[in-house]
Amino acid sequence: MELAPRTYRITRAELVRYAGASGDFNPIHWSDRIATGVGLPGVIAHGMYTMALVARAVVEWTGDPAAIVDLRVRFTRPVPVPDTDEGTELMVTATVRDGEPYPELVLTATCAGEKVLGMAVATVRALAPAR
Amino acid sequence: MLDPSYAGHAYPPALPYLVGREKIREFALAVGAAHPAYLDPEAARALGYPDVIAPPTFPIVLAGAGLESMVADPGLGLDFSRVVHGEQRFAYTRPMYAGDRITCTTTIEQITSRAGNDFLTSRTDMVDEHGEPVVSTWNKLVVRGE
Repeated sequence: MELAPRTYRITRAELVRYAGASGDFNPIHWSDRIATGVGLPGVIAHGMYTMALVARAVVEWTGDPAAIVDLRVRFTRPVPVPDTDEGTELMVTATVRDGEPYPELVLTATCAGEKVLGMAVATVRALAPAR
Repeated sequence: MLDPSYAGHAYPPALPYLVGREKIREFALAVGAAHPAYLDPEAARALGYPDVIAPPTFPIVLAGAGLESMVADPGLGLDFSRVVHGEQRFAYTRPMYAGDRITCTTTIEQITSRAGNDFLTSRTDMVDEHGEPVVSTWNKLVVRGE
């Protein structure tokens, strides 16, 4: 079963805010000069920001803020965030598969048509919250 | 080059981290996590939690101290300017919540080399003030070759 894709806009403002909230002030996430100096196309999103958006999608799908039992991702490609009003967009999709004892969501995260995560799987207590 | 003999090395526990309601709110707003249980103590209590709970990736805020231990360890040989984040995993026993007093212990699980790059996997175990497990997180760093 496929879940409805979720899309999230990422601008420089989000990265600045995430840097402050997380304590990750690596300059490749806010300085084009430093990012290009280490061979990146420009400022890129924190991998952990991308992971946070994937987790957000899982919580939105399940409706349960503590649904996730286990969450793992591999960062396979950077997410460049241009200094524009539009920034970029991350699309998160999921396919549900049976797992023991809990169902698993096999996740993809796509930016500008390219997958940016590999081996991304969330194990969740249930697909809908128990009430 | 990383010293491969560091596999299995455990760093001493970090000083306890007191999880704050406003830090959770700041983090939740930064990642757009809008569930009321992250923001409103009453909503969290209605779900059976003692206070607001943290969004799933919030524990990375606490894991930074473990990373600093590794970077500050000259014997390990971790050159942070060459590091790329490779993988991250969280395994939860329960959600973290405001009021938790969390102690993090970081252990190096694996060091490997392939195609001129080094790979460092570490695990940070987070326990509450009673010593009960809350969450463990695994971090895999890629250290690019010279």
